[in-house]
Amino acid sequence: MPTDGVNKGRRRFLVATTSVVGMAGVGFAAVPFIQSWNPSAKAQAVGAPVQVSLGKLEPGQLLKVQWRGQTIGILRRTQDTIGALQSIDEQLRDPESVESEQPSFALNEGRAYKEEFLVVNMHCTHLGCVPQVIPQVGPQPFEENWKGGFFCPCHKSKFDMAGRVYKGVPAPTNLKIPPYSFIDDQTLLIGVNPEGVS
Amino acid sequence: MMAKPASALAKRADELMNWIDKRLPVTAFWNATMTGYYAPKNFNFWYYMGSLALLVLVMQILTGIFLTMHYKPSAAEAFASVEYIMRDVDWGWLIRYMHSTGASFFFILIYLHMFRSLLYGSHQKPRELLWVFGVLLYLALMAEAFMGYVLPWGQMSYWGAQVIINLFGAIPSIGEPLTEWIRGDYFISDATLNRFFALHVIAIPLAIMGLVLMHLVALRENGSNNPDGIEIKANKDENGIPLDGIPFHPYYTVKDIFGVAVFLLIFAFVLFFWPEAGGLFLEHDNFIPANPMATPEHIKPVWYFTPYYAILKAVPDKLMGVMLMGASVMVLFFLPWLDRSPVKSIRYRGMWYKVMVIVFAIAFVRLGMLGMATGTPAETIEMRVWTFVYFSFFILLFFLSPKGKTKPVPDRLTH
Repeated sequence: MPTDGVNKGRRRFLVATTSVVGMAGVGFAAVPFIQSWNPSAKAQAVGAPVQVSLGKLEPGQLLKVQWRGQTIGILRRTQDTIGALQSIDEQLRDPESVESEQPSFALNEGRAYKEEFLVVNMHCTHLGCVPQVIPQVGPQPFEENWKGGFFCPCHKSKFDMAGRVYKGVPAPTNLKIPPYSFIDDQTLLIGVNPEGVS
Repeated sequence: MMAKPASALAKRADELMNWIDKRLPVTAFWNATMTGYYAPKNFNFWYYMGSLALLVLVMQILTGIFLTMHYKPSAAEAFASVEYIMRDVDWGWLIRYMHSTGASFFFILIYLHMFRSLLYGSHQKPRELLWVFGVLLYLALMAEAFMGYVLPWGQMSYWGAQVIINLFGAIPSIGEPLTEWIRGDYFISDATLNRFFALHVIAIPLAIMGLVLMHLVALRENGSNNPDGIEIKANKDENGIPLDGIPFHPYYTVKDIFGVAVFLLIFAFVLFFWPEAGGLFLEHDNFIPANPMATPEHIKPVWYFTPYYAILKAVPDKLMGVMLMGASVMVLFFLPWLDRSPVKSIRYRGMWYKVMVIVFAIAFVRLGMLGMATGTPAETIEMRVWTFVYFSFFILLFFLSPKGKTKPVPDRLTH
């Protein structure tokens, strides 16, 4: 590059300002490409609330439905199950669900609006696999003192019958409780909380 | 180089070459990188891997192009289109198995290629950037392989993607939106498959080819290292040619062609008689169409990711596990600066280095095996031990390499 009779200060200023303007332009031009990866309007529309009828669900039975591509489990718990929940608090990482995600109405021992119905996002909080539901009480290969619950085949995380995580497993928090509300005694709406609940 | 033109035809060919050389320096390039490029004369078995990896890359690109002609990148059609390739397309099964077997062989070659570096110190000064480009290539290859494995849209494709994408969810505060952005939906869906297809067939192959070019340019700049770890450019004859060097062409092109022949024999055997490798190369669960409602009983990645997967599983905390797994790959970038030994080759390092390299290799293989296992408590404890050993290698290397015992290095190559 010739340097004779060159105003170096001006050249440096022009190079710097051109670079800055150019980089800002690249930044703005990148926005549409980056945002094109967001969930599309269509994907957002499909994510609308789901209505579920509970009429045929017997005590002890599990019903799986899909909401936003997530598997939501609706477990009708027996009185025995509900009564046994407190007995294993010692073995749980977050028995009070303080660090876990749930609507405020589910911040209780049974993690539910109505104790009888556990409505839970079945995806393991570790890496999103769907755990098996093993409601039988009794020793299991992975747990001597098994009181029934969820067992994830991917990385052996364990949860109790309220989706609360055991200590010493990879999952960091309890299973998530999705937003939901009851339209009437027999009908559940997944995706919307009752009015006034966050 | 060329004999006296024997005929009018040969003379015309020379003239044509001259004409081209004036416009595009073909002959000069050939001389600089092949016939006039002197490589150490003592290359052994470990020096086949690079050229073989290049061969597999070309094969993957060619078979990949033909697969895209029949494959449909949509959640509704992907699985069926792969079966269509396997059953209805003439020779489709061969092209598909070449591609899937090629992927696993690519990793076998790359792992041996990287191990060679540990043996002979090929990452040391002045080849640090050569190594860094190599690690970048390895990362790109991992991304390429992962996204390619999602495309058949089987159960393992689906749940593997679920697990890997959710790794990003462990990042505090930005994790959740980030996973949503990667998926383009609230779950692994058509949008995810479609973008992985684009990345797998265009974006990452382009990046890989660019990186291969940089890797080769960096290689030609300083020339190859060798099993003795001696710079052959330190001993030149009166013409400036390294005394211990031989022209890359024809000597090493012929050697590499021999390697290609042996490699293709082994490759063809697996391709024709054992393409699934008992569930190692193509997992059994991936012959079941993806089902977002049911997780397979035992999720594991393909064999080449299992060492890192074992490190992830060994940690009972999600964020820590992800960070440790990331660190286990990222630490490779720093190898040239962690290894501060004055000697390159394992031949002239002390017993301490031989033991370390062997234990490290065992740790890597054992982690790979445990990463595929079901994860009993005893296995979990073993994974933790080998994870500790894996990281200890790099830490010990940093502290021991400047002080560790070495043997005198000869001036000239030995064997």
